[in-house]
Amino acid sequence: MCRLAMKTASTPFSPYSVISAMEAMQEGYDGSGLGLLLRGVQFADYKYQAGDPILSGIAHTDAALHRLNDFMEAKGYTLKYDHEFDVNPTLVEAKDRYKYFLRVYRLPDAFKDFSQGQIDDQLMLTRLALRADGEKHGNDLTAFSFWPDVAMIKEVGWPLDVGNALGLNDNRITSRICMAQGRQNTNYGINLYACHPFFIQGIATMTNGENTAFVPIREYLSGMHYPGYMGYQSDSEVFAHILHYVVRQLKLPLAAYKHVITPLKTDELSRHPQGAFLRGLRDVCRRMIIDGPNCVMGTLPDETTIMVMDTKKMRPATIGGKPGEWALASEICGVDAMVPDRDKSLDFQPMRENTVIVAPDRQEYTIWSQFDQFPLHQAA
Amino acid sequence: MVSIRSVSSTPSSLTYHDLPWIVEHREDRCTLCGRCTSVCPTEAIYLAYRRQRMPKLDILQKKRGNDYRTFVGIRQRTDLDHRCIGCGMCSMVCPNEAIGPQVNPNDERARFHSYQKGDAAKRGGRRNDRGSLLDQISFNRISMLTDPALDAGRHEFHMNTLLGRVLPPEEYIRRQAAGEWIPPVREIFPFVIGSMSFGALSPNMWLGLLQGVAYCNEVLGIPVVMCTGEGGCPPWVLRSPFLKYIILQIASGYFGWDEIIRAIPEMQCDPAAIEIKYGQGAKPGDGGLLMWFKVSKLIARLRGVPEGVDLPSPPVHQTLYSIEESVMKMIQTMSMAWNFRVPVYPKISGSTSAKSVLNNLVRNPYASALMIDGIDGGTGAAYNISMDATGHPIASNVRECYLDLVAQGKQNEIPIFAAGGVGKNGNPVQNGMALIMLGASGVHMGKYIMQAAAGCLGSERNRCNVCNLGICPKGITSQNPKLYRRLDPDQVAQRVVDVYKGLAIEIKKVMAPLGRSQSLPIGMSDALGISDKDVAERLQIKYIC
Repeated sequence: MCRLAMKTASTPFSPYSVISAMEAMQEGYDGSGLGLLLRGVQFADYKYQAGDPILSGIAHTDAALHRLNDFMEAKGYTLKYDHEFDVNPTLVEAKDRYKYFLRVYRLPDAFKDFSQGQIDDQLMLTRLALRADGEKHGNDLTAFSFWPDVAMIKEVGWPLDVGNALGLNDNRITSRICMAQGRQNTNYGINLYACHPFFIQGIATMTNGENTAFVPIREYLSGMHYPGYMGYQSDSEVFAHILHYVVRQLKLPLAAYKHVITPLKTDELSRHPQGAFLRGLRDVCRRMIIDGPNCVMGTLPDETTIMVMDTKKMRPATIGGKPGEWALASEICGVDAMVPDRDKSLDFQPMRENTVIVAPDRQEYTIWSQFDQFPLHQAA
Repeated sequence: MVSIRSVSSTPSSLTYHDLPWIVEHREDRCTLCGRCTSVCPTEAIYLAYRRQRMPKLDILQKKRGNDYRTFVGIRQRTDLDHRCIGCGMCSMVCPNEAIGPQVNPNDERARFHSYQKGDAAKRGGRRNDRGSLLDQISFNRISMLTDPALDAGRHEFHMNTLLGRVLPPEEYIRRQAAGEWIPPVREIFPFVIGSMSFGALSPNMWLGLLQGVAYCNEVLGIPVVMCTGEGGCPPWVLRSPFLKYIILQIASGYFGWDEIIRAIPEMQCDPAAIEIKYGQGAKPGDGGLLMWFKVSKLIARLRGVPEGVDLPSPPVHQTLYSIEESVMKMIQTMSMAWNFRVPVYPKISGSTSAKSVLNNLVRNPYASALMIDGIDGGTGAAYNISMDATGHPIASNVRECYLDLVAQGKQNEIPIFAAGGVGKNGNPVQNGMALIMLGASGVHMGKYIMQAAAGCLGSERNRCNVCNLGICPKGITSQNPKLYRRLDPDQVAQRVVDVYKGLAIEIKKVMAPLGRSQSLPIGMSDALGISDKDVAERLQIKYIC
C-alpha cells in the first residue's frame, strides 16, 4: 500500500525532512517509486518571482533536452533559471536519466492580453504537448508539471535513496508545502507518470489504497474530452481530475468535492438542509463516486490543504501539528516524524463524512462535515 | 393382414413417439384416481379400456394358449392440439408417482406439422434455447493485493440505480441556479419486474406481484418497481398509493389507456415511469398479442374492447411516420400528461439499429432512458418463427450502445436498461450483474419472476409454453377463474420477497470481492472475463482460460 506524507508550514522547509519522515512508515511500501510535489517553492540560488511557471520533469536523452529547448523557445517562453540537481547517479535505479529539470520560465509576451483562464489553459497544453512529444519519441521526455510555484519530482526507487540521489538534503530547494508519496506498485505497472501526486492546473492530489471504480470513472472523465483528463496510468489519477472538475469546471465550493466522490445516502440526504440539491448533485456526478479504501490528500493553488477519506474509511489518516506547521500522513508515525513537538491530543482522524482543511494562513485545521449546511447560495 | 386403406394414416397422423413429450405411465402404481387426466391442460391423456394378452401354458395338457384381461390405462392423444406439453402437472397431482412426461429423445416428426388450418404455429413463453452467453461471463477482478475484498455480510452496499434523464453536471448547476426544470429521476432497485400485462397475467398473479413489490418497498426498503406491459392497470391500483411502484407501459394498441387517462386527476401519486413500447425482444416487429381465450369480462372492460376477441396490437404506433418523430411526440405527450414529473422512456427490441435510436434519444431532452430487450426475452404469445429466429442478443447490443455513450461522454445521462434472458437458466444475478458491468443501468426480467415467484413450469426445452392459450396449469397466465384460483396471491407475494432478498444478497456477493460497495458497478468491464476469445473481443472484456 502507498504511504502518504504531507507537510504545510508558514516557514519554508526542505523536502528532505518529509522524505525522512517517510522512513518511519517504511513497512507499508515496496520502494517502487517516490513522488514529490513542492508548493511555495524557494531556491537558494535564485530569487523566484511569483507567477513565473516552473517546468518539472526528466529528459532521458540529450536529444530530448534539445527538443524541449526548441519547443519552449518556439512557444515564446524565456528560460530564467535552470536548477541543477546535485545528482549521484549511482543511487538511481534507472539508467536513462539524462537530466532532471526544474526550470523557471517567463511567460511569452503574447500572453499579455490573455485572461488568467487562457494562461492557465496554455500552461496545461504546453505540459501536455511536451508529454506527447516524449511519448512520441519512446518516452524520452517526461513532463510532470508546468505551473507557477509548483515543482515536482518523480522517480522509481526507495524514497530516501531518491532524495539522496538528487541531493535534496542540501537545502537549495525549500517550500511551504511538500507532498510525498511512497508508492507500492499495485496492478498498473511501474511508470513514472503513475507516481503520485497527480497534478492538473495547480491542483494536486495523492492517494493510498485502490480505487476499484477506476475504469468507469476513467471512461467518464475521458468522455468529457477535456485535454488534461488523460493519462490514467494509475487508478488514483482520477482523484486529482475530479477535484479539478469540481472546483474549476463546475466552480463549486471545495466542500462539494466530498459530496461528489462519496455522496451521502438517500435517507441521510432527505434530512439534510440542502438535501434536494445534494441528491441532484449526487445523481449528475454519479459516475465520479469512488470506491476506496482511500485517503485523498490534496493542495490547491492558494496553498489550501485538503484531506478526505472514502466512505469505508479503511485507510484512516491523521492530521496533527501546531499553528503555522501541520503534518498529514497516512500513518500516525509519519505525523510524529514530521512535527514531533505538537500537542498530540489535538490530532484528528477524519470520519467518512469529514473534510479536513488547512487554510493558507495555517493557524488551525478546520473540519467540515457533509451533514453541515452546504455553502451554496443557489441551493438555499 | 390389415389392408392399408383401413389404417388411419393421414399426412399429419402422428404416434406418441413423434411428439416432443411422451407420457410415461406405470400401470402397476396407478390407482385410477383420474386426477392426472382432469388436471392436464391440453387433455393429452385419457383413461381408456385396454386389453392385455396373458400367455397361458397348461403343462399337464401340453397346450399353449392365451387369456386376455381388460384394464383401465392411460393413453396419450397424438393430435397436435392435444399433444403433451411436458408441463408435468400429471406427476404433480399423482398420489403414487405413476405418471410423468419425458422428453422425446428421438426426432420430433411433429415439427413438420406445425402449419395447421392455414396458420403457422404460435406459442407463449420463451425461445427454447438453453444456451446463454451471460451464463459464461464471470467476475474476475478480485481485490487481492493491497485491498482485500469486502465483507458481503457486514458492509453497507449501495446497489440502487437511477431511472430518469440525468443532466450533465454543468447544466444541472445552471438550472438549479436559474430555477429551471430538472428532469425527474427515480432511485430504484436494478432488477425490475419486466413488462407483463394485466391480461397476459391472471388477476391473482398480478395481485401477488404487486403485494410483494409493495412489501419490498415499504417494509424491506428495497425499491423494486414493476412494469405493467400493454393493457393498462386495474382501476383501483391507478388510484392507490402503490402506483408509485409501477411503470405504466403504453404500446401500439393503446389498450387500457382510456382508464389510465381518466384516472390521472384521481391519482394519489405519480407512477414510477412510463414505458413506451416500440418493440419486444421475443418478437421484434410484432405488436402485442392477447388471444381471445384470455379476453375475459374484466380484461375486456380494462381494455375497452368486446369480450372473447383476439387483440393483436399493430407492429407500430399509429402516429409513426418515423421513429424519431414518434419518440419525440410520444415522450413529450406522456411527460406533459404528468406535468413533467414522471420519467418517460422507450423500449425497443434488440437490433443492429439500437444505436441509432439511442443517439436520437440523447438529443431529446425529455427522453429518460432506453430499454433494450434481447432475443432471449419472453412473451405471452407470438409466432414460433418470431420467437425462434428474429431478434438480437442483448449482450453485444448493450455493450455497443454503452460504449457509444462513453465516446460521447453521455453514459450518465441516458441510462440503458437491458432485458432478454436474464435468469433464463436460473442465474439472474450473474446475468444481470454481467449486463450492468457491460454498461446497463439495470435489467428487467419477466420469465424468471414467473418461474421463481409463481412456479411457472416453462423451460427452454419447450416445456409448457402455452401462455397464449389461457390454459396455464399454474394459473399464472390464465383468465379462467378455475385455473387462476390455483395461485394464491399471498404465496406469490412471499416468493417475490424471498426472491428479492436473495437477489440483494447475491448482488453483494458479486460486488464485495470486486471491492465495490459505494455504487452499482455500471460499466465496470474490467471485472468481466469470458473463455471465448471472439466474444471477449466483441464485448471488450478479458479473455480468460
